[in-house]
Amino acid sequence: MPAVSKGDGMRGLAVFISDIRNCKSKEAEIKRINKELANIRSKFKGDKALDGYSKKKYVCKLLFIFLLGHDIDFGHMEAVNLLSSNKYTEKQIGYLFISVLVNSNSELIRLINNAIKNDLSSRNPTFMCLALHCIANVGSREMAEAFAGEIPRILVAGDTMDSVKQSAALCLLRLYKASPDLVLMGEWTSRVVHLLNDQHMGVVTAAISLITCLSSKNPDEFKTCVSLAVSRLSRIVSSASTDLQDYTYYFVPAPWLSCKLLRLLQCYPPPEDGAVKGRLVECLETILNKAQEPPKSKKVQHSNAKNAILFEAISLIIHYDSEPNLLVRACNQLGQFLQHRETNLRYLALESMCTLASSEFSHEAVKTHIETVINALKTERDVSVRQRAADLLYAMCDRSNAKQIVAEMLSYLETADYSIREEMVLKVAILAEKYAVDYSWYVDTILNLIRIAGDYVSEEVWYRVIQIVINRDDVQGYAAKTVFEALQAPACHENMVKVGGYILGEFGNLIAGDPRSSPLVQFNLLHSKFHLCSVPTRALLLSAYIKFINLFPETKATIQEVLRSDSQIRNSDVELQQRAVEYLKLSSIASTDVLATVLEEMPPFPERESSILAKLKKKKGPGAVSVELEDGKERGELNGGGDRGGDAAIAASNASTPSPSADLLGLRSTAPVSGTTPSAGSLLVDVFSEAGPSATSAGVNDDGFLSSAPPTVASEDPAPPLPESDELLNKFVCKNNGVLFENQLLQIGIKSEYRQNLGRMYLFYGNKTSVQFVSFNTTVSCPGELQSQLNVQTKTVEPLVEGGAQVQQVINIECLTDFIDAPLLNIKFRYGGALQNISLKLPVTINKFFQPTEMAAADFFQRWKQLSQPQQEAQKIFKASHGMDTEVLKAKLLGLGTALLENVDPNPENYVCAGVIQTKAQQVGCLLRLEPNAQAQMYRLTLRSSKDTVSQRVCDLLAEQF
Amino acid sequence: MQFMLLFSRQGKLRLQKWYVPLSDKEKKKITRELVQTVLARKPKMCSFLEWRDLKVVYKRYASLYFCCAIENQDNELITLEIIHRYVELLDKYFGSVCELDIIFNFEKAYFILDEFLLGGEAQDTSKKNVLKAIEQADLLRSVPLHGVIQPVSYSAWCELASQHGVNQPVSYSAWCEPASQSVSMV
Repeated sequence: MPAVSKGDGMRGLAVFISDIRNCKSKEAEIKRINKELANIRSKFKGDKALDGYSKKKYVCKLLFIFLLGHDIDFGHMEAVNLLSSNKYTEKQIGYLFISVLVNSNSELIRLINNAIKNDLSSRNPTFMCLALHCIANVGSREMAEAFAGEIPRILVAGDTMDSVKQSAALCLLRLYKASPDLVLMGEWTSRVVHLLNDQHMGVVTAAISLITCLSSKNPDEFKTCVSLAVSRLSRIVSSASTDLQDYTYYFVPAPWLSCKLLRLLQCYPPPEDGAVKGRLVECLETILNKAQEPPKSKKVQHSNAKNAILFEAISLIIHYDSEPNLLVRACNQLGQFLQHRETNLRYLALESMCTLASSEFSHEAVKTHIETVINALKTERDVSVRQRAADLLYAMCDRSNAKQIVAEMLSYLETADYSIREEMVLKVAILAEKYAVDYSWYVDTILNLIRIAGDYVSEEVWYRVIQIVINRDDVQGYAAKTVFEALQAPACHENMVKVGGYILGEFGNLIAGDPRSSPLVQFNLLHSKFHLCSVPTRALLLSAYIKFINLFPETKATIQEVLRSDSQIRNSDVELQQRAVEYLKLSSIASTDVLATVLEEMPPFPERESSILAKLKKKKGPGAVSVELEDGKERGELNGGGDRGGDAAIAASNASTPSPSADLLGLRSTAPVSGTTPSAGSLLVDVFSEAGPSATSAGVNDDGFLSSAPPTVASEDPAPPLPESDELLNKFVCKNNGVLFENQLLQIGIKSEYRQNLGRMYLFYGNKTSVQFVSFNTTVSCPGELQSQLNVQTKTVEPLVEGGAQVQQVINIECLTDFIDAPLLNIKFRYGGALQNISLKLPVTINKFFQPTEMAAADFFQRWKQLSQPQQEAQKIFKASHGMDTEVLKAKLLGLGTALLENVDPNPENYVCAGVIQTKAQQVGCLLRLEPNAQAQMYRLTLRSSKDTVSQRVCDLLAEQF
Repeated sequence: MQFMLLFSRQGKLRLQKWYVPLSDKEKKKITRELVQTVLARKPKMCSFLEWRDLKVVYKRYASLYFCCAIENQDNELITLEIIHRYVELLDKYFGSVCELDIIFNFEKAYFILDEFLLGGEAQDTSKKNVLKAIEQADLLRSVPLHGVIQPVSYSAWCELASQHGVNQPVSYSAWCEPASQSVSMV
């Protein structure tokens, strides 16, 4: 019989552990371990049968070696042998080894399961518990298959010991989490729920974890637990601190059980039964009251336990989101914690308030703490607390405090920890966009962002500012001016150069009037940054240069010189070299007209979710896969995606640059009409499904079509067009893309393109709710004589639109002859049983079929005189309803589809345009003159065309635009 | 709870308990990452941090860090007290527990943990009940086979420790002092 010391009986193990600890180096340790492994191996293989004690000792040593981080590939069989020992200590070590070193050898598992089965049926509670612990620790599918049927029986059997019940409940929980399909509660459900009434608090504590998990998956089957949980909670909350004996923890009665009960209730809506609900509200009030009582102990354990319950109660109050009184009390309580000396409490209060901020009842109450939170952002010493403060500021931000919060976040960014900068940048960018009242503030904010934290400004952020500037003509001039100023800084971030290059390339003309930012000055400024930039940025700048040649013919020679220089045309980077060669060639051989077409201003980007929001979601949470996809598409689109094609040389250059995002070339006019791809459609789907309707407000061009309640018409006939449909139509006279209509249920986005007398329109119907639309049906009709003027073809859409989903519809339009009315779009669907019936005017207007015509002054006047018959002219004098900013006017006239002719009118204040309307029957030449009178804030608009109806219609349409 | 780790100030892992299935490789990676993150934090910082999509709750007792990873909807404060209750149980069982007790009696530390937490949830929160379960097991253990066997006592380990030239273990009361006292044992 081996000698046993007075220790634990495994002196050999203790000596081995000391040896390992005394090893001076990693090598010595490994050497000692290998020696021991060899020794154990030989013992296990030896002829002499080992007694239980030795087996236990060696298995324990193996376990220790494994826990040190070394691999162990033997000893399992010896451990399984220990399982069948009837000595508790040996069995216990055997189970421990199996639990820690699970092995998938099926023969072994069979043996293990056999031993477990024996112990489970042994009726010896300690053995049963050991077996249950092992199942719970391993939790494998094989074990679930073997025991999932047996354990519920043990759990509810009347003669099972309490300690075994506790183990059985949690064992079942583990199996359910791993293999829910194998754990069938069915007949046991009600008896398991009634464990909540068990006299033994330990049984309740263990069982409630199981019940909570099962309830969250099958709420209906377990809903009887609500009233039981409330009465149990009520008994605990009202008990004195000594009533529960050993379940009172530092003067707090049953804190763990209380938290778990409150957690279980969060699987359900507020109780319907008035009495139960009353009792629960009473409990919640008591918990809130107790928070105000003086502490019964100074120990941190006391306050932690008490506050754990309080926070769980607040979570429940937020979950119900229906008791304004409790919500506001919760908010006040958290407000107190915001200034507590315990860092943990400040952290949790900030975290919890974040969810309170999203409740309509407490949003305002949360906002009152803004100064404290800003102070926390500035003074907290722990970055994780500052992070919570930033999250809360983000959550409490709305239109009223956006400027203050964005400013605070920006100033915090200057000193923020590196670990959270990127997220902060995304948040600032999102808030700035979401709550931008004037877009110049938005542009300022983003440019500041790049200045302060340029390294952390991801592509999404600067893509987005460009999307917005391109889509909002009222901010383009300002953006050009601001970015020009920002570039003056001696050291500016490369991201600033990218934004600068892109914006000046598109809109540099808007500031070229000022001699301080003349075309050449702009170019020199950009080019001074060129050599400091990376290849993708240089590529972008080259594209900006070719755009300059188009915008400012006077820069052509200088830029060609740059392109021709060896450092460009012989650049070792193939992309740069190719761009230089192609742009040089393009600028020398193409006529001004071709150049103007190829290098036309980028068309507006389709409406979609902010890529930044997607990025933040990706950073923040699961569901990242779909977001990632979205991201990829977005990037593609940003480069001009759907609208490109045409010119072979440029197409080739595009092909070789998958993403450096440098493409300024939007070849809309040369793109084949069949160039579909509005992947924007699928992008929007994610907006709705992930973030709910609020995310859509991040869309840029919501031109203030405020949601109006959907007209609920009982009849199946198409409803008459909405009163605002004419106004909606007017919004699209000078643009082709945007949100046509939006209410609480539905959003309709439009993307359209026209060529000659043909047009194609994509309608995107987004279901903003979480409920599906059924019998979804849309029709487009041409009332009256429009039938013979327009040929409209639609494809039918699927009758089912899932909650949060979006469907797309393509409409082909052919203009047969000129027309006045607009086609009607009728949408019918059932939402929650009620028929929705909405009619709108489709924004198809005669000007969409304009083809711009460039002509010299002499030509213009000659044609003008030719169209001198009174009926050929239409004229309107009207008051300006928007600002009379030159650039905005120009943008609108270009949006109309005509060519804007320079140097025609002797008065430089006036605008002159020309275009030909393409219809199948005929072409109608059209000349336009707009005379603004800034003093009187009036315009005179004159239209002349070969057809009186056209003159009148274009004049009417255009007069609404200024 | 998804897992619990005990590690020393030197970053040595003393106990690991995983309540979700993970590969050994993944476990090692998580351990390395978390030990580094937690050790880098300063004493007065808060006990919670966001880590991957989990919340980590940790507390230092003398030279040992107790660190739990919980899911998003779980309660941080009550988890802190889970840690404390476990420390109390260890202390009661070993009599003024110290890091050495856990090193030399690692299997006991696992047994006590299994009686307290199972599948990551509290099995029983009564100190008396948990200890009763352990004591019962110890009674079974002392069924004479190799002579009389007793659980290792604090004094026994002090003796063993001094044999091997290690410092005096730190008593429980010292554990409960603020960590800034920085008691080092190894």
